[in-house]
Amino acid sequence: MTTQEIAVGGYSKGFSQTHRTDRWWIGPLLTFLGFSSFIVYSTWAALQGNHYFYGSYLSPFYSPLLFVDPSVTGGASLEHAWFGGWPSWWPSFVPASPAFLVLAFPGAFRFTCYYYRKAYYRAFAFTPPGCAVTALPQKNYKGETFLLLFQNLHRYALYFALFFIIILFSDAVQAFFRDGKLGIGVGSIVLLLNATFLSCYTLGCHSFRHLVGGKLDCFSCDATSSTRYGLWKRVTLLNENHMLFAWISLFWVGFSDVYVRLVSMGIWHDLSTWGN
Amino acid sequence: MAKRQFKIWRGNKNGGEFANYQTEIEPGMVVLDAIHSIQAESAGDLAVRWNCKAGKCGSCSMEINGKPRLSCMTRMNSLPANETVTLQPLKTFPVIKDLVTDVSWNYRQKEKIQPLKPKPRDADGNYRMMQEDVDRIQEFRKCIECFLCQDVCHVLRDQDQANNFVGPRFMIYLASLEMHPLDTADRIPTIRKEFGSGLCNITRCCTEVCPEHINITDNGIIPLKERVVDRFYDPVMWVKRKFFGV
Repeated sequence: MTTQEIAVGGYSKGFSQTHRTDRWWIGPLLTFLGFSSFIVYSTWAALQGNHYFYGSYLSPFYSPLLFVDPSVTGGASLEHAWFGGWPSWWPSFVPASPAFLVLAFPGAFRFTCYYYRKAYYRAFAFTPPGCAVTALPQKNYKGETFLLLFQNLHRYALYFALFFIIILFSDAVQAFFRDGKLGIGVGSIVLLLNATFLSCYTLGCHSFRHLVGGKLDCFSCDATSSTRYGLWKRVTLLNENHMLFAWISLFWVGFSDVYVRLVSMGIWHDLSTWGN
Repeated sequence: MAKRQFKIWRGNKNGGEFANYQTEIEPGMVVLDAIHSIQAESAGDLAVRWNCKAGKCGSCSMEINGKPRLSCMTRMNSLPANETVTLQPLKTFPVIKDLVTDVSWNYRQKEKIQPLKPKPRDADGNYRMMQEDVDRIQEFRKCIECFLCQDVCHVLRDQDQANNFVGPRFMIYLASLEMHPLDTADRIPTIRKEFGSGLCNITRCCTEVCPEHINITDNGIIPLKERVVDRFYDPVMWVKRKFFGV
């Protein structure tokens, strides 16, 4: 293949050149706004270090609670922490927020996710901004072979994400109990939906699909491969809606934090059978 | 009947320009019909490649209003009625004349790929495959080699990586071989190195333009990238292979 001259075919060189007449830029723009909003809000919420707990509701941004400072307004008590009180070795220049100990793991899962890669390569890196829209010029394009080589370790982020699903379901179950009494509140439903949406997103992961059965060439060779074929088919159903669950779960995890935060601050009232 | 305006690129590998045409559009016409009308009425020397006119031969690929599409499958009433229709040759391949490009680079890529190397036949002299083992690769066999996916892939289109990346069409061809239940060849090292799987940043434009609706990215390229990860990047897999031989 030869490099074409500027006018051949009627194509102009230069970033974002296209003859498309539809509004191709709406998708990347919405992605940019959606991701930016989430990043700004989640960073702000993580920096607060307070109002992440109410009754038995724990914000998913702060789960699991490894250490807690019980003196914080709207924080959890010591019994909720895996390892007790806030550590003395924590550097003073870093805000004392339990969210900092956990957010990197779901963050890594989303950052290396095959769907999100498409979304941010288009909306943030402009490689390309849209289909048949000229990509940002790069002197020596490397794709995912050089600086982005770490994207190949998405499956390790997946392993952590699977662990987080168990924790978030555990939080959701606990949200149906308060002071040992079974009940239900709007927050219980919010946290249960959060764990469910995150499960649909995580279990539809491309790496998970590969590991459960996609890597096999023969699905019928033995009992194990037949079982894995069944799993692969189920994961495929979720995988076909991976983008949908990526966005729903992203929105809902943010909303779950907003809900717990505003209830904890007394701005929203949580309707519940516990009556407080 | 309504008259529609067309802006068609006319020229060859040395250059050219857009020329304006108009023709009457009847209900049910596709873009290729309109091109044929223009040929008959006002541009007898307009070059366009076509064959089946049924979306199965992949010959009439071009860019219609900036989008890579088959002209025989693009209905005129699917294009905005008040807009001039812009027709261009595929951007990624060298122009021969007007709307016709030289896609022979693709055939040279295919020649580089190791063909199916089947395992020995069963004792009765037959090959046996179960339906669930071939369902997955049947999807890839729908490919009509229109090369719209190659055209839209920014790695080939904008990043000048034709020497390092085979493109989505051949990634799914490789997937159809690698996932084949009878195949015994190992193409994973070449998929990574010679065929450049790491250059694909999975922005899915190939899937979006495929007229056969093959899920190129999710079912072909990503599974291949994951197989490359198994072999080259996953430390646990490396240990398993090294010490347990699996």
